[in-house]
Amino acid sequence: MNLKLEDNGKVVILMVKEERLDAHNSDQLKQELSRLFGEGKTGVVVDLKEVRFIDSSGLGALVSGFKNASSRQASLKLSSLQSQVKSMFELTRLHRVFDIYPTIDEAVDAF
Amino acid sequence: MDNRQIELQMTVPNQTRYLHLIGKISEILANQLHSYRGDRETLAQHVNVVLTEALVNAIRHANADNPDDEVQIKIIITEHEIILQVFDHGQGFNIEDIPKGLEESQETLDEHGRGLFIMRSLMDSVNYYKVEGGNMLEMRKRLH
Repeated sequence: MNLKLEDNGKVVILMVKEERLDAHNSDQLKQELSRLFGEGKTGVVVDLKEVRFIDSSGLGALVSGFKNASSRQASLKLSSLQSQVKSMFELTRLHRVFDIYPTIDEAVDAF
Repeated sequence: MDNRQIELQMTVPNQTRYLHLIGKISEILANQLHSYRGDRETLAQHVNVVLTEALVNAIRHANADNPDDEVQIKIIITEHEIILQVFDHGQGFNIEDIPKGLEESQETLDEHGRGLFIMRSLMDSVNYYKVEGGNMLEMRKRLH
């Protein structure tokens, strides 16, 4: 999976540079989030600007990251959801669980 | 595309690396359905999603993640419906045992278990049948 990481000291921005976040690659995202929160990062923004497709495994990886963050008093936010991806969050009611922002900057400002 | 029946059969190795390919092909096919009264692009995206979900279930659970196994997919388009079929070689399960709603477990953040809910939400019907050699998951959506 192509992931690009930027760390500004306060917040880590994890950009998913893939068109699809699905059962084939979602484990890598899950592991990366686990690593970041395990290292003590308190704020992570997962940017999904390039993702046009997400399945239940992709959602599950993000849920895993969210639970990881919560258990460590850290925070995971999402940004730049395309409309189809946003629909999947709404269908599964996960849009009420995650803090979702239109852009990375707005997500970062919210910390 | 006229109103005659179209049937596309695909067989791929039982590996998640093929999800993208199958999903893309099904999306392209569904996007050509000029008889569909609704938003064709959305239908195509939904077909991609539900087929992906069904395939993951077949690959991971039914075929036990065996990379040497195969999974078969059939897409049938009639004048009235699109029918998606995924064939596995596993023992099968009783689809009625899986609750139809978004269970409390999902709302309290289970990492797994949303696949069947997504299939049932986006398609008109989802059924699972025993067939020769294994099982078939069949999803149908009316076009008008």
